[in-house]
Amino acid sequence: MGQPDVIIIGAGPAGVRAAEALVGAGLRPTIIDEGRRAGGQIYRRQPENFRRPYGELYGTEAGRAKALHDGFDALAGRVDYRPETLVWNIADRHVWTAAGGRQQALPFDALLLCTGATDRLMPVKGWDLAGTYSLGGAQVALKAQACAIGRRVAFVGTGPLLYLVAAQYVKAGAGVAAVLDTSPFAARVAALPKLLAQPGVLRDGVALTLALKRAGVALHAGVEPLEVLGDADAGVTGLRFRDGRGRERAIGADAVALGYHLRPETQLADLARCAFAFEPKTRQWLPERDGDGRSSVPGVYLAGDGARILGARSAEATGRLAALAVLADLGLPVDAGELADLRRQVAGYARFAEGLAEAFPWPAAQAGKLPDETVLCRCENVTAGDLRRTVREAGAKEANRAKAFSRVGMGRCQGRYCGQAAAEVVAAEAGVPVEQVGRLRGQAPVKPLPIAIEEDAP
Amino acid sequence: MQGRFVRLAETGRAQVTIHVDGAPVTALEGDTLMVAILASGRHLRRSEFGDGPRAGFCLMGACQDCWVWTEAGDRLRACTTQPAEGMRISTSQPGATWASLT
Repeated sequence: MGQPDVIIIGAGPAGVRAAEALVGAGLRPTIIDEGRRAGGQIYRRQPENFRRPYGELYGTEAGRAKALHDGFDALAGRVDYRPETLVWNIADRHVWTAAGGRQQALPFDALLLCTGATDRLMPVKGWDLAGTYSLGGAQVALKAQACAIGRRVAFVGTGPLLYLVAAQYVKAGAGVAAVLDTSPFAARVAALPKLLAQPGVLRDGVALTLALKRAGVALHAGVEPLEVLGDADAGVTGLRFRDGRGRERAIGADAVALGYHLRPETQLADLARCAFAFEPKTRQWLPERDGDGRSSVPGVYLAGDGARILGARSAEATGRLAALAVLADLGLPVDAGELADLRRQVAGYARFAEGLAEAFPWPAAQAGKLPDETVLCRCENVTAGDLRRTVREAGAKEANRAKAFSRVGMGRCQGRYCGQAAAEVVAAEAGVPVEQVGRLRGQAPVKPLPIAIEEDAP
Repeated sequence: MQGRFVRLAETGRAQVTIHVDGAPVTALEGDTLMVAILASGRHLRRSEFGDGPRAGFCLMGACQDCWVWTEAGDRLRACTTQPAEGMRISTSQPGATWASLT
């Protein structure tokens, strides 16, 4: 029998560590990645002609970033690596790719989905103004391009990334207007026992907050963002919010970095027909998997933040763990001691992640309070009021039905940035639990494909 | 006009000249098209749904807010495309006027 076809989608921490384990067992996996260089988002590499050292780019995570990049580089020649390649469908045990105007269908015996995450977004009135960026996008601008998204940036949302990116901006010499966190400070205190599962990470997080304070950046907890101020010509000019004491305030800013922790990229798991389950703690739908990363579909495995948001360190462990599951299922030997050790590590990361979800909760209640004129779908300029009308007048209380009537989730981002908030808006308007609203089904192609049609001679 | 993005480091790279809506724009080697345009400009395109100029959103190829076009009409995702010497970019879709709708 020839070698089994093993395909890894995503070359971030999970995908790279999975590939290493497979190569170590004598396999030659195919790694498909949309990025130009391996590393994923958190350990995203700058272009080859940039000179900033690891410490400047990745701070406390410099050692991990370098180890991951070196680990990937050491696989050269032993993997079939396909960068700048989009997987746009999974069907009939084939992965459908598009790259450079060409498409291909690759068969697989085992498929590891290491698709990572994007920012989780709660809309705010005015977030469609030019100059509002996702928090992760603000970080990409700095890390991969040595740019700030503006001269005076307001960081708005919640989660550890909010403080990390703001501190990185300060360190790089960018102007930071304020850090506005929707989570109350008390939630962080209450979550401490779980956060102590990763004392080093907790310490780094506290250090970031202190660095921001030392730099004189205004930090507000328990805020309610009310409106991104500005106009069509200028774009963002400021932000209006209610502070933790209930006072309405406004600050000037020419850019807003907005993010509420992360959401997994699950469209491909959906197309692979994986079963999903609702996770009440984060109010997100996640693909089901066993402790080692097996999905509900034989031969399809899940690892990293694309399966469940546990962070980059955990992604390295779950990537390797899922690869060991592949090897075991192929009848190849697996070290039981290593399995047990990886499972123990992941359990620790999971406890920490639970603490983060409690310390920086998704502000679900904000969705119900969005003024009707708030743009919910940035792609097609559909408002919260439009969606609510769909619920009231068409009786659409299920995510996909509401999408069909309102077009929320049907635009070019395919619901990545509006889908979860839209579900909360529908739930609030219909008076049903958000899990009853369900989730948007993944659709192929998972991202827009170019269509080339040649013109016939007349 | 002041650009939207601010370059903080890595400014000693080789220059590349592209044209955006007919005007020359100096990019640096290793830039994305998005950075090249927003380092001196304010936006990338206008929303087709009437709510004003857009300047991208996610910078990681997920939101598709940063579409621009070549003058030949090919669509480019500005956050994942690198500028090349002589590239001619349009911030509106060339030829996107439908006779039956006008």
